Amino acid sequence: MSQTSVLTGVTPPQTAAQVEARGARPKPFFTPRKIIIYSILVMFSLYYLFPLYVMFTTSLKSMPEIRFGNIFALPQAPNFDAWVRAWTSACTGLTCQGLAPGFWNSVKITIPSTIVSIFIAAVNGYALINWRFKGSEIFFAVLIFGSFIPYQVFLYPMVMITRELGIFGTLQAVIIVHTVFGMPILTLLFRNYFASLPQELFKAARVDGAGFWRIFFEIMLPMSLPIFVVALILQITGIWNDFLFGVVFAGTQNYPMTVQLNNIVNSAQGTPEYNVNMAATVLTGLVPLAVYFISGKWFVRGVAAGAVKG
Amino acid sequence: MADTALPLEAGTTVNRPGLLNRIFLHNLPAKIAALPMMATVLVVFVGCTVWTIYYSFTNSKLLPTGKFIGFEQYERLFSTSRWNVSVSNLIAYGLMSLVFTLVIGFVLAVLIDQKIRFESAFRTIMLYPFALSFIVTGLVWQWIMNPTLGLQGTLRNLGWTGFTFDWIANPRMVLFALLIAGLWHGTGFCMVLMLAGLRSVDDEIWKAARIDGIPTWRTYVSIVIPMMRGVLVTAVVIIGSGIVRLYDLVVALTNGGPGISSEVPAKYVYNYMFSGGNIGQGLAAATMMLLTVLIIMIPWAYLEFGGKGRRT
Amino acid sequence: MKKFAVVAAMATALLGSTAVMAAELEVTHWWTSAGEAAAVAEFARVFEETTGNTWVDSALAGSGTGANPVIISRIIGGDPMGATQMNTGRDAEELIQAGLIRDLTPIVDEMGGLGFYVDPTLLEPCTYDGKIYCLPVNIHSWDWLWLSTAAYEKIGQPVPKDWNEYVASWPALEAADILPFGLATGWPFSGIPGVLMSGIGGSDLVLAINRDKSADAVRGPEFRKVAEALDSLRKVISPETMVPSFGDVGTQLLEGTAAGNIHGDWLQGDLQVAGGVPGENYECLPALGLGDKLTGGGDSFYFPVLPAGTDQAVIDAQAALAKTLISPEAQLAFNLKKGSMPIRTDIDLTGANACMQKALVLLKNGLLPSGDFALSSDTQQQMQDLNTEFLDDDSITVDDYIERYASIIESAE
Repeated sequence: MSQTSVLTGVTPPQTAAQVEARGARPKPFFTPRKIIIYSILVMFSLYYLFPLYVMFTTSLKSMPEIRFGNIFALPQAPNFDAWVRAWTSACTGLTCQGLAPGFWNSVKITIPSTIVSIFIAAVNGYALINWRFKGSEIFFAVLIFGSFIPYQVFLYPMVMITRELGIFGTLQAVIIVHTVFGMPILTLLFRNYFASLPQELFKAARVDGAGFWRIFFEIMLPMSLPIFVVALILQITGIWNDFLFGVVFAGTQNYPMTVQLNNIVNSAQGTPEYNVNMAATVLTGLVPLAVYFISGKWFVRGVAAGAVKG
Repeated sequence: MADTALPLEAGTTVNRPGLLNRIFLHNLPAKIAALPMMATVLVVFVGCTVWTIYYSFTNSKLLPTGKFIGFEQYERLFSTSRWNVSVSNLIAYGLMSLVFTLVIGFVLAVLIDQKIRFESAFRTIMLYPFALSFIVTGLVWQWIMNPTLGLQGTLRNLGWTGFTFDWIANPRMVLFALLIAGLWHGTGFCMVLMLAGLRSVDDEIWKAARIDGIPTWRTYVSIVIPMMRGVLVTAVVIIGSGIVRLYDLVVALTNGGPGISSEVPAKYVYNYMFSGGNIGQGLAAATMMLLTVLIIMIPWAYLEFGGKGRRT
Repeated sequence: MKKFAVVAAMATALLGSTAVMAAELEVTHWWTSAGEAAAVAEFARVFEETTGNTWVDSALAGSGTGANPVIISRIIGGDPMGATQMNTGRDAEELIQAGLIRDLTPIVDEMGGLGFYVDPTLLEPCTYDGKIYCLPVNIHSWDWLWLSTAAYEKIGQPVPKDWNEYVASWPALEAADILPFGLATGWPFSGIPGVLMSGIGGSDLVLAINRDKSADAVRGPEFRKVAEALDSLRKVISPETMVPSFGDVGTQLLEGTAAGNIHGDWLQGDLQVAGGVPGENYECLPALGLGDKLTGGGDSFYFPVLPAGTDQAVIDAQAALAKTLISPEAQLAFNLKKGSMPIRTDIDLTGANACMQKALVLLKNGLLPSGDFALSSDTQQQMQDLNTEFLDDDSITVDDYIERYASIIESAE
């Protein structure tokens, strides 16, 4: 499936840039076609990398330097003051605790929400492919349709539902909301993935008399690592990045990091401190970025496995 | 539809099942396991949708307690220029975003699929924005597009005084500003999906095409792309649902401005339901969004689910 | 620490213990700008010092879109805060009807009534079926023209004494590369038409439109002058020179890069935090220097009904906070920091700065109902959409503006 072209750097011509720099030494490997390909890819890479560069350098600059107005420039005297301020002492109203409390709240929300939503979606996908029942496809179709509805539509009735369940303003409420709204895409991924697995194994297990859960835990799960990784990344990043559900359902004592980011950036007290804002932005983005960079290859492999079958 | 699993079920259902049995007991564990999904579908997606439609015909203000007033909310909706601007913005942005995301995603995937070096480095660079939230995306691009301290100011300070990049403050260009940020966030994911699709195409097909002397671009267009149907569907579902929901990015990047030139429907819904304290109006707008999605989705759903038992 | 305190408060609340006398009370509000936050800190200080309870601050950025949905959904969802700032008017009325807001009448009776309010109309939005459900804590008025002394020094002219002189100075300002009017993006523009209406159109026009919802008054000659003034104003504003927040406009005024701004009294809090002194660094003209009454209303606090089983100490703390907010001590401390008018004048206001003194004189003539208190938030949202569009799109003529304004007023309840 994948050509596993991990960055090895063993083979002679080290980088494309070097080769171009060495100019017109015609080597069959570097055809004009390859040069075009690499230049397009490098151009796009610059587009993708520029904001990251700007975010980091701005957060390391001092305010006078920022006001000088050169976003390309590296910080003259890089320092982490803005980061420390953003983390420990940036203010919203009277509360000046920075992002730190929000970080832990986000952890408290993300871990259970991710586990519950993925488990339920995996079971859904499995049931939809291997244990169809009358109407199961209709449920799935409505579910996919649901993924197109703006969340704002559900906000009000969901408040009423969680109130009736007596869990409004608690962690349970956020977990349920994330499970419900993560369900369409995750179920789609798991369903497609299970459809791509060979059905013979499942049928053999059925003949041996294995039941719903036994097959799920003993046969399907061990084969599903790639798609679980995809689901994990989608959910961890998605839930970590969520603002709307956190602010409405979690209750004040559980406000996630994104809510505090918004409070810090938008509650301008005096002149906006762009370096602190950018530091807060970077800090909020660090967790999903880390998750993504650590699991990058797995993610790609998992998407490949999950998305191909329609 | 249920027939695929039925023969295997024979051992457990000795007596010929009656209708009730068929509905409730057939594949019972699967049904129990699927209860959360059924609950979600019935209570949230169907229940809340019906609730939304019902209350869009009332004059509810802050609480859903209003009286039935027929189509008044809709009449007002369509005579409101902010709503009409929101709709045309969403159509313009949506079409551009869908086309560019698919095309850029596909082209990048094809380029990366040319047995190039540093494939995983390129992939990583292109995909990382997807891990960031729209709030973060919006804040960074807002900073880059800041007329005095961002890209424009920098290049002018460096001596290129005629350089203009004021899209964020220019009503005619602001949708393109949104597009730049939106594409930055989403094209990498589309590229990964497309790459997966390309890699799933059998090498034999490529060999056969080469032997027949079909040019590479034609092989892509008339053989490979049709074979990638599954990936394309997934990609369109994911991109499309993101477009209809477009909200966070607008709020973080432009907040609907300048003027109302980058307003979108989801923002209208939110503003009138919560800060405007007019639930009826917000829900009427939401219902129109639902209707639009339905019109787009029904043909697709028919294609996707109409042919029963297509899959083994 | 603070988080632990909240958890502890919840735990005691759940246990229904009555042993604890002092309680923690969560207060939500959207006063997050520099001057506002400093003012809220005064409320918290007085509350904690005089009652022994703890103010748990829960500030939410972004009043309309950020804070309001959270506040309302928490009250509806059964997770109410101890006290909250909230837009008065029809919205709150529905929460009151639903029995979600605490009736403050017994507390008020205990205090011997609210006769000390400077204008009884302030209490109208809080009164429902003869009972009091909220307490205005300050007079919130948009009716200010702020002028930069530095800018007028640069062009060598005296600081204008009223709107007409100010308009006359625009060409000189533009020639000197000074922005005649500084403006922040978003909602601040929406407050301006109301100010022009009272200053240029006069008290009768404000009453006819905001109170009597008369579309004929909108179509009349007086309002046309207002719309024309707004039109001339938008001609000196360009999107490129707009700044992100109203606090930035304050900075522009102090620097002298912008000459004037129409913005509510809370701008003064920010000017003061930035070291500005009225009369030296900036000048202020209430009612544009033309009118003799201010338009305005009260920023109000509501006290939601707490769920059954809540610790009595917390419920008592609500009452204690209600009394504190309108007490002379808290009123003085809060309003001096915020730059707004107190709701009572039976306090020693010699500490008030020059701008507040000017406003206190006008306050004796009574208040005019401003749009943000007399109109429903639905109507206000429509007005805001119209104003935002008008500012941005020059193809909307003064006639269009008047007609659309009139039709919004016609449909207002």
